[in-house]
Amino acid sequence: MKTLKIEELSKNFGSTEVLRKINLEIDEGNFLVLLGPSGCGKSTLLNIIAGLETINEGNVHIDDYNVSKVEPKDRNIAMVFQSYALYPSMNVRENMIFGLKQAKVSKEKIEEQLEKVSKFLQVDALLERKPSQLSGGQRQRVAIGRALVREPRIFLFDEPLSNLDAKLRVEMRREIKKLHQQLKTTVVYVTHDQTEAMSLGTNIAIMNHGVIQQNDTPENIYNKPSNTFVADFIGSPSMNLIKGNLKESSNKVSFVTHGSNIEIPINGYDFKEKSNLDNKEVFFGIRPEHIFFKKSNEEDFEINLRADLSEYIGHEQIMTFNFENQEVLAKFPSTVKIDLSKNTKLFFDLTQISLFDAKKEERI
Amino acid sequence: MQDKTHSSYKQLEQKSKYTNLFLRWFLYFVLVIFALYFIFPLYVMVVTSLKTMEEIRQGTLLTWPSGLNFDSWLVAWGGRGYGAGDTFLKPYFWNSIKMVVPAVFFSTFIGAMAGYVLTKWRFKGDKWVFLFLLFGCFIPYQAILLPMARTLGVLGISNSVIGLVLVHTVYGIPFTTLFFRNFYVSIPSELVKAARIDGAGFFKIFFKILLPVSTPIIVVTIIWQFTQIWNDFLFGSTFSFGEAAPIQVALNNMVLSSTSVKEYNVDMASAIIAGIPTLIVYVLAGKYFIRGLTSGAVKG
Repeated sequence: MKTLKIEELSKNFGSTEVLRKINLEIDEGNFLVLLGPSGCGKSTLLNIIAGLETINEGNVHIDDYNVSKVEPKDRNIAMVFQSYALYPSMNVRENMIFGLKQAKVSKEKIEEQLEKVSKFLQVDALLERKPSQLSGGQRQRVAIGRALVREPRIFLFDEPLSNLDAKLRVEMRREIKKLHQQLKTTVVYVTHDQTEAMSLGTNIAIMNHGVIQQNDTPENIYNKPSNTFVADFIGSPSMNLIKGNLKESSNKVSFVTHGSNIEIPINGYDFKEKSNLDNKEVFFGIRPEHIFFKKSNEEDFEINLRADLSEYIGHEQIMTFNFENQEVLAKFPSTVKIDLSKNTKLFFDLTQISLFDAKKEERI
Repeated sequence: MQDKTHSSYKQLEQKSKYTNLFLRWFLYFVLVIFALYFIFPLYVMVVTSLKTMEEIRQGTLLTWPSGLNFDSWLVAWGGRGYGAGDTFLKPYFWNSIKMVVPAVFFSTFIGAMAGYVLTKWRFKGDKWVFLFLLFGCFIPYQAILLPMARTLGVLGISNSVIGLVLVHTVYGIPFTTLFFRNFYVSIPSELVKAARIDGAGFFKIFFKILLPVSTPIIVVTIIWQFTQIWNDFLFGSTFSFGEAAPIQVALNNMVLSSTSVKEYNVDMASAIIAGIPTLIVYVLAGKYFIRGLTSGAVKG
């Protein structure tokens, strides 16, 4: 039984297609993050799961029950919003029990729930305050509390940390993670922040233009991006994508970029399909953190590149190198000293590379 | 070299100090002139209403009255006590109250509902509905006189306070809707979504969540509508006469139909009485008016 199952879901606003044939499944207790740039349809998808938006095609199942036409309040879900959406005229207590009162839960049960949740979230001292008298972090707690008292099957979070300042965001991120570890409720979480996605999710679905690009564990998303969009979206700075061709001769495969005679051997690469590789146009993907200043293992490929630009950011520095007129970024500890406009010896960790078809932009 | 620049800076500083001082006093001077200009008519009205006719004939407009004589106020409000031809404001004042209270209430309430629907329950073609309502704001009073007279006739409520309530409510809806729509646009729609998940319906969301935070815009709308309806003369004089007339029409009749001598003191007192309710509304709700016009966003 899947806690949430979405089948062939499509949605358009007028003639604009927002979601296209979405398929998604979540197991009980998992934390799914919908990640993507703004306008990719992730919030719309969340609203559809909540029942706040109608569906054009497809179905949404919660616990194997088709809820596509069920009212939000009857879906057994709770949602936390970016702006917290606390009712301004009600105090914290009224805010938290509003839903239970609507559902005609008995007074004793309401009090019991309220006490349990407000203690758990440490907002029991704030019950008589109005939302306007709370700080950002407190509002966030109350908003989560309002969702918790309903004891939902699925928690929906719509960019809940975007309105907080950087420091508080990191704190609240940890708290949400702890919360999930303790409660083990299924979560769907929308964000555009990859750090949030990576640190919170047990699964990440990366979306772009209304299509899920990759739905996988954070490790696979990072290490084995399924296309150039995912490769480019995850990581900061993002993965270097060097354009070039494959060369296959006597069972040895190598990568050559245009106008260069450097052959990078890629025999160790785990190809999906090992045929018709010769002369194939590809992107050679390597993350800035997998380019080293010193040789770290035997397989590392040694290459001489000219340093063009240095960006110092405290604990590390990002260097830009010129590789046959293509920019290659690398991340080093800030203690390493590198002269600009000079050739520098670098080492590519070839066990960490990704290769993409240059036309289809998909992993090969 | 150093000294020279130093002294020239000092000179410049002095100069700018004098310029500022002069400009400051000039500003006060202009402001005082304007203040006098605006207060002058009110002064003349109040002073004249407190004089006897004898004093008015002998003195000038600006002469101080000999004492606090409220006779003309009593005459304006309650009449002289003899029968025919005696027009006084009291019954018409209550006519106006009976007209203005329901008209303000209904137009504000309907405007709030319409604003709520247009912002939080979007439907196909809602932009057109709003556009037409906006268009309603620009229709001049005169343009609707004939069709409205016909409508009131058909409904059988011409020359009645109820008819005037209907006219003012209908004419006010475009404005009140515009006010409330612009206010509710600034309230995050996530509030409505949260309430829907919590199980609140259309009316519950409106009354429990949106209306309690709408005080500033309700006050703005009430002041606007109250002033418009209370001060209206055209609709009042067109759609009512005699007993059913609102106060502005009665005021006009009183001032214009004096048979013998023009009683300026009574005229002035009547005009002030007719203007007092709007003043009271402004004084009571004025601070909300400014706040409601300038702010709007309710951060939750």
